[in-house]
Order: sequence, then structure tokens, then C-alpha cells
Amino acid sequence: MQIPLLSLLTLTPIAAGIVLLLLPAGKRGLVRGIALGTSVFTLAISAIVFFAYDTTAAGYQFIERLNWLPTLGISYHMGVDGIGAAMELMAGIIVFSGVMVSWRVQDRPREFFAFLLFLAASVFGVFASLDLFQLFFFFELAVFPKYLMIVMWGSPKTREYGGMKLTLYLFLGSILAFIGVLAVYFASGLRSFDMLALEQAGFALEFQRAWFLVIFVGFGVLGGLFPFHSWAPDGHVAAPTAVSMLLAGVEMKVGVFAALRAGLMLLPEGMRFWAPLILVLATINVVYGAFIAMIQKDFKYVIGFSSVSHMGLVFIGFASLTREGLTGAGLQMFSHGIMTALFFAVVGMVYDRAHTRDIRELGGLFRHMPLAMLGFVIGGLVSMGMPGFSGFIAEMPIYMGAWRVAPVVAIVSAISIVVTAAYILMVVRRVFFGETPEGIKPGLVDISIMDKVVVIMLSVILIVVGLFPSVLVPWIEAGVRHILVLTGGA
Amino acid sequence: MPAFSPEMTVSLLPEIGLSILAMFLLTLSLFKKEQLNAHLGWITAAGFALIIMLVSLFSRPPLEPQLLWGEMIRFDRVGFIFRLLILAGGGLTAIFAGMDDSVAKKAEFYLLLVLSSIGLSLMVSSGNLIMLYLAIETATIPLYVLAGFKQGDEKSVESGIKYFLFGGISSALMLYGFSLLYGFAGTTRLFGMVDLLKMNGAPAAGVVLAALFVLAGFAFKMSAVPFHFWAPDVYEGSPTPVAGFLSTVSKAIGFAAFLRVLVNAFGVGAADVWMITLAIVAAASMFIGNLLAIPQTDIKRMIAYSSIAQAGYVLVGVATGSEFGFSAAVYYLLAYLVTNLAVFAIINWVEKGSGLTTISAFAGLNRRSPGMALLMMISLLSLGGIPPFGGFFGKVLVFGAAVESNMAWLAVLGILNSVIALYYYLRIMKVMYLDEPVETRWQVTPPLLWKLALAFCIIGILVLGVIYAPWYNGISLAAAGF
Repeated sequence: MQIPLLSLLTLTPIAAGIVLLLLPAGKRGLVRGIALGTSVFTLAISAIVFFAYDTTAAGYQFIERLNWLPTLGISYHMGVDGIGAAMELMAGIIVFSGVMVSWRVQDRPREFFAFLLFLAASVFGVFASLDLFQLFFFFELAVFPKYLMIVMWGSPKTREYGGMKLTLYLFLGSILAFIGVLAVYFASGLRSFDMLALEQAGFALEFQRAWFLVIFVGFGVLGGLFPFHSWAPDGHVAAPTAVSMLLAGVEMKVGVFAALRAGLMLLPEGMRFWAPLILVLATINVVYGAFIAMIQKDFKYVIGFSSVSHMGLVFIGFASLTREGLTGAGLQMFSHGIMTALFFAVVGMVYDRAHTRDIRELGGLFRHMPLAMLGFVIGGLVSMGMPGFSGFIAEMPIYMGAWRVAPVVAIVSAISIVVTAAYILMVVRRVFFGETPEGIKPGLVDISIMDKVVVIMLSVILIVVGLFPSVLVPWIEAGVRHILVLTGGA
Repeated sequence: MPAFSPEMTVSLLPEIGLSILAMFLLTLSLFKKEQLNAHLGWITAAGFALIIMLVSLFSRPPLEPQLLWGEMIRFDRVGFIFRLLILAGGGLTAIFAGMDDSVAKKAEFYLLLVLSSIGLSLMVSSGNLIMLYLAIETATIPLYVLAGFKQGDEKSVESGIKYFLFGGISSALMLYGFSLLYGFAGTTRLFGMVDLLKMNGAPAAGVVLAALFVLAGFAFKMSAVPFHFWAPDVYEGSPTPVAGFLSTVSKAIGFAAFLRVLVNAFGVGAADVWMITLAIVAAASMFIGNLLAIPQTDIKRMIAYSSIAQAGYVLVGVATGSEFGFSAAVYYLLAYLVTNLAVFAIINWVEKGSGLTTISAFAGLNRRSPGMALLMMISLLSLGGIPPFGGFFGKVLVFGAAVESNMAWLAVLGILNSVIALYYYLRIMKVMYLDEPVETRWQVTPPLLWKLALAFCIIGILVLGVIYAPWYNGISLAAAGF
């Protein structure tokens, strides 16, 4: 009998979270130990899943299947394709990093780590779901940990507003999408939520066109699709560091992943029909996000809007429906996840010490926390799409794919490269170089050993993927091949 | 056909058991001993539990529905499921009542609870309109008294009177509807009435009128718009365990009996005026309930409005007119029952400690008692339809039924409402987890039995939210025979 790796990956954090909640209060050491142990365990499992995935055989692997409610065709159906395997690894890395940077949480650590683990379970579950009901189940599982973590540990000024806005936006988007999923379920005539069966169902053209947008945009809200992106910067800024990392790094990918699985892969004709609209919206994402990021005064908002900008490229890659575009989108999901987690981690480290995120009040941090600066610069280079970093190998194919279907999209969105370079360099100069203002000096100490591990690990991953694309590209391509079969594209 | 068959006794086993329990409680109340009164709660609950055991052993429904006692009593799966639900809800209420000083040691309270349960139990097993009407009155009259049980409290007395007046008017409307049906069909037999009406060539307008009157009567029991006005005042004024019983068991049985009348007397064609009316009532209940819940500062009033909205979600399932929709509605009711009982139990606990039922009384609950805050959060999330809690699957089913019956618009209105509802549920969670505790220090350690009952509800919420097959299959078998 095979070890149910994906179930272990998904259910262990839930079990650990429940155990944490049952512990008596005040056992901070034990709580942190359990959280760290769990995150190391899930990181290991996700790495095993990734490396054991057979990229030549491709298709869905590590399949587990149990009946859940056979009368309605609901099953517990786990499995990953190449993209899913890559996403699991990314999530594993970021969950581990999130626990590490939260090491010094003082306020109610038991609840903090328990909710963080529930959130982790939700994302692991979505990436491994081959049943649409189950996908939705895990998707919604994230609602309450997200809200409570932002409200309880977020930044005091905006947490109530940011948390509520984020939760309601995402809840509305996802349940709208679920109505679309229900329509797919009934229209297929199969009475099954099984994605593998539904992929082959061959829906009528009219049906695909009518319902595609509901599903794709509904889930796309979580991916930050314009004009439904405004929860993202507000929510990310309001959230505590680890949650920002998970939200921007993993949760936004959960959104596009669900849009890919339930929208693009089930209703490819719908995607073809609506592609021009998605391309326009995504181009606005890319360019508008970058310009707005440039004028932000708050360090964290810069990163928040940069996420909106970068996620636009993922949508462009999807909507191009080309091999290059889809591959680039998959790579960008991974690369942006790690990159933005690194960004938010550094922002959190800066804020914890300087107690301000206003760029005008910061400066000269290079001298106090050199490694944080280095991490931020590496993230910045990735973000600019510099060759030798993962951003380049992700964005390049997306632009190529876009060029093949609509050169104007490639040309317009390429503006963002320049703008991104401008705001990243500006932030680096203002925050890390120049004179240190007297006001923030007292708190400035170097980052802790835990923080250093995170910064180094994430930076190394970004460079390794950039220098040796073959550690990631085959997995994404294995997934894309299957998608192209479904879309009948080249 | 023999005049008397064993099935006849078996089919009334719950009512017989409850009547014995009622007489036993009456006898106990004669002693008027303080020590004895302290034990009434668990004695009543044990009675309910014993009847549940007897019913599930000896009163299992036959494969084919039967009409017994001169076609007065219908013996079938629907009745079986809902009677168990009444018994469980009544038993839990008897235990939760121990937290409320105004009712805990009053034999009359438990007696009225049992009497009302007898009526409710007959409501879901009536095969005749006259029997149904009598059952409804048997169920409701004790509830009027229970709502006004706190004699010294103006609000409670007001709520009792209000409930009585609303109940009286809606009963009268319903009775008028029944009399129209009798006129058109020439019989008060419920089962097969829809064919009789067609055969007799009943005027369409007349049947519609009857349907609307009947709907009015049941809308009161279900607290659906536009007969919802009593709910906030009555929930606020009546003792909290009574509000819990009203909002769960009494409401669920209202739905069950309504479904029976709907299917058997009127039929469920998609083009029928009453089905369209139901869809509108569903939408209006959801919107009015959820929007008016937002500005409330009293938690009982807020949950009252929320329960009006919940009635709307169930009606979405009913309005589809499909068997799938009915199963969805019943599943929803089941999840809602355990959830709202837990909510009212926790409200009662806070009320006992702080003397308040305002939302601000929940401030800092997480610091005072993290466990209780967590349980309240689970219940609220279940009401909001978040996995892995029971309310989630209930919502999936009712919205699924709406999409199946080409009523996607109703499903979309439903999800808009779920978002509005989530807003105020999250706000309560924010108060519990973020706001500073109010000054007054209070400490209430609930008795063990109370804790077990609450645990039962919470486990129910979780089980209904994760394991579906056994419950859903049982329900869908029953729902085929409404």
C-alpha cells in the first residue's frame, strides 16, 4: 500500500492545529515546537511529492480516492499534476518560512499558530484536489483563519477594515464561482464533481461561454484580477507578517489555481471566447498595479500593489492559451510566491524594528540589517525580471505567449518592467541606503537567526530556479501538456 | 380489516411516551420540594432520551407509508426523522434550561416543554387537516405560556402576549385556508387531496387563495417574511432556552408540516403561483433578516433576525419543488437545529454570568474562556456556511437544488445574503477575540450535563459538516415521501 502523501500533507496541519487549541494556555515553547515540527514535516512531504513526481509520465499522480457522498458524486479525491506538485512545494516552503518569522509572536501564540496551520491545510488541500466539491471545501476552510489572524494580530489601524474587506471579497468571489461549478455539475449530466470526468464531459459551446466568466472571475478575485483587486493591498497590509506571506505568496495562487482547474480546464471554449477581455483586464492589472505601487508611501503597500501587478502576468499567460504563456504562468506562480513571501518577510523584519513602514521615515537600514537588505534586493531583481533570477524565466515565456496572440498586450504590459525597476530601486535607496533617521535608530538591531534562515533560503531558491530552470520547468511543462490537450491548442 | 392493529400503538409511541413523561412531571410537581426541583432538568432529559431509544428500537417506519387511526395518523420516514429531531431538541433544551434561573427549577416549564413536544410530534404525523390543526394548537399554546414565563419581567410578558396575538391571527388565517380546501375537495383527508381537487374541478383562483392562507399560517411558525415580526421581540423577551426551542424545533416542524401540506394538497408544479410566491418569500426573508440583523446590539435580537434569514435559505430548497430541494431543506434544518441550540446555550451562559444579552457582553470572551469562544465561533461559522461545519453542506445543497431547478437567480440572491450574513457573524467574532473584556468579572462554571449537551451539539455540527453519506441518504429516502 502506498503512503497517502497528499492526505498527510493536508490533514497533518489540521490535526496539529486542533492539538494546539487543546493545549493549556501559557505553554509557548511547546506551542512553537509543535508548529515548527509540523511545518518542517509538511515541507518535507511537499518536497517528496515534488521530487517523486514523474515528469516524463506526467498526468495526475499520488492519487487517493475515497467515496464521500456517492449519491451526489462527491468523492475525496487527491492527486497532483506537475503544476500542483510545484504549488505544493511552494506552499510547503512558505508555510515553513511563515512559522519561522513568527517565532517571536507574544500575543496568544497558541491561537496564532493553530490558525496558521489551518490556513496551511486549506492551501495544501486546494492544490491537491481533484474533486470540485473538495476543492471548494478546502478553499472555504481558509475563511475564518484569515479573518481572525488579520483582526487579532494585524496592524492596529487598519486590521478591522482590511480583514473584513478581504474576507467578504474572497467569500463572495468564491461562492459565485461555486454557483458556476454547480452549473457545470448539473450540465454535465454525470452527477459527479470528479474533475477528471468533467474534463472529458465536453460542454456545449453556449454553456461554456455563459458560465466561464462566473467561475474564472469568481476564483480570479482571489488572484487579484482587476477590478476586484482592491482587497489585496488593503488585506496584505493589515495582516501580520506570516499571514501576508501566506496570503500574497500562496493564497493568491490558490485563486488562480482554482480558476485554472475549474474555469480554463473544464470550459476551454469559454476561455477562448473571453480571452480578449481577460487579456485587457490583466494588462490593466500589470500596468496599473505597477504605477500605483510607485506612488505608495507605505513600504508594505508597495509590495501589496506589486503583487497585483505580477499576478496580472499569470492571467495574461492563461489567457494567451499558448504553450509558452501557460508555462510562464505556472513558473510565475511559483516564482512570485517565493519572491513576495521574501518581500513581506523583509518588510515585517523592518517594521518590527523601526516601528514604521513609512518610506520617508526609513533609511540607512543597510548598516543595521545587511542580510535583510540583500534579500530585498534579490527579491527586487526577481521582480524586475532580471536574467539569472527566477522572474526572468517566468516572465519571458509569458511575454512570448502574449506576443503570439496579441502583440499589443505584450508591448503595453512590458511598460511595467520599467516601472517595477523604478519603484524597487527607489524603495531600496530610500529604505536601505542614505542616512538613518534618529527617530528609528533605538530599535534597530540585526535580524534574528530564524529570520536569516528564511531570507537565505528564499533567496537561494529564487537564484537556483533562475540559473537552473530545469529544476522547475519540467514539472510545469508536464502540467501544461495536459492543459493543451484539453484546450486543443498548440 | 381489524379495528385495531399493533402498528397503531407503535405509530404513536413517541406521543404515548411523552404523555407518560408529562404525567410523571405533573406528579413530581405536586411535591414542591426544592431539592427535587433541582433534578427536574435531567429527569426530563432522561425521559426524552428513553423515548428516543424506544422509538428508534420499536417505532421504525414501515417501508411503505401507512395511514392509521382512521387515516388521522401517517406513519412514515418523514415522521420518524422529525420526531427524533423533536425528541433530541426537547431533551437538549431541558438540559440547557438548567443555565437559566427563571426556568431551571420550575416543574411547569418542563411540563409545558413536553406538552408542546407532543403537539409538534403530532404535527409531522398528521394525515388529516383537522388533526393537523389540533396538533398545531397543541404545540403552540404551551409555547405562548413559555414565552411569557418570566412573570415579573415586562419584556417576557410582552413577548408572550405578542406571540399569542400573532399566533392567533395566523392560526385563523390557516384555518380559513383549510376550510376552503375542505370546500373544494369535499374531505379533510390530506393525502391524495391534490388529485381530488383536480377531479372536483376546483377553481384555480380558489386554490391559490387557500394556498396563500395556509402559507400565511405556516410562515408564522417558520418566522418567514412577512410573518416574521414577532420573532425579534419574542426571542428577546422570552427565557433564552425557550427562544432556542422556538428558533429550532418549533421552526423545523413548521417546515416539515408545511412541506406535507404543500406536496399533498397543492402539488409542486413549477408554474404554480404558490411556488413563485415561495421563491419570493425566500428571497425577502433572506434580505430582510440579514439586513436588519446588522444594526442590532442585542445578540438575541440579532440571532432572531438571522433565524428569519435562515428560514429563507430553507425556503430556497422548498421553493425548488424537487425531491433534491426537499432533501436539501431537511439537511439544512438538521444542521441549523444543532447549531442554533448551541448558539442559544452559549448566549445563556454569558447572560447568566454578565446579566446581559448585548453583543458587547461577549467582549473579550476569548480571554475569559478560550474554549467557549471557540465553540461560539464554530457555531457562528456554521450559521455562516463555512466548512467544515454543518451549515456549509446545508447551503451547498439548497443552492445546488436551486441551480438544478433553473433558479440560479435565487441561488445568486442566496449567496449575496451569505456574504451579508458573514459580515455580522464575523463582527461577533471580532468582539469575542479582539475587544477588551468588560470590567465586571464573572465566573460561571457550567454543570457537567450542560457541557455534555453543548458538546453533543458541536459534535453534531462537525459531523454534519464532514460526513454526509449516512445522513443525506436517510434524508433523501424520507424526502421522497413527504
